[in-house]
Amino acid sequence: MAVDNMTELNADNMKMRAQLKGGVTEVKVLMSHPMETGRKKDDFDRLIPAHFVQLVTATLNGKLVLEAQWGTGISKNPYLTFRLKGAKVGDIIEVAWQDNLGETATQNITVTQL
Amino acid sequence: MLPINALAALLNAALWNKAAFETAKLKEASNNLAIRDEVASADIQIIAPDRAENGAIVQVEVKSNIANTEEISIFVEKNPTPLIAHFKFSNAAEPFIVTRIKMADTSDIKVVVKAGSQYFTNAKNVIVLENGCG
Repeated sequence: MAVDNMTELNADNMKMRAQLKGGVTEVKVLMSHPMETGRKKDDFDRLIPAHFVQLVTATLNGKLVLEAQWGTGISKNPYLTFRLKGAKVGDIIEVAWQDNLGETATQNITVTQL
Repeated sequence: MLPINALAALLNAALWNKAAFETAKLKEASNNLAIRDEVASADIQIIAPDRAENGAIVQVEVKSNIANTEEISIFVEKNPTPLIAHFKFSNAAEPFIVTRIKMADTSDIKVVVKAGSQYFTNAKNVIVLENGCG
């Protein structure tokens, strides 16, 4: 069973944490994604097609706070930290990504006090 | 303005800047992001290791102390495609980001900040012992 190989392709797997400390909310995001550059070869010397996250957005209570465009130079299983001012405990932060094959994932988290 | 979810925001976002991300030339990537006349600034903090054993995962923290910072772009000069990421901040977001990047070789990590109509830049050199760009 190739279950282990499938986990990294599970587009819904996004881990998030949002902690408020001293008026600033720090949001940490860990995405599951292979981030293939398109330049790597497999064991049979065939090129592995490019497969990488291109667009990332984040909202705070439905208000846009961050828009990112990424290339193939972001590491496998992308990690991202960003900071928000003025967010309160219970506020909702949502993150979404879209890759070059049109796959998307979205996840949200509630702000907690550190 | 009606609340939007992040996925809707993504679909509304500016299209991925193919020309900037696919070029092998830093200058061309920079031009495609409309970056011009950038001024060196120590008010951009870049925290990255001096030496990276494995170029596949190099953690970088960028913080801009420049007023009205709107955008942060990250480049690695010696990578096959130098533009790594472009971040645009709005509303409550602080001009701060931590992410992990791939580095092919010992190189400067170059950061460009847009504040109003001005561009500022700073760089941090990282010695890379193993190519992380596959």
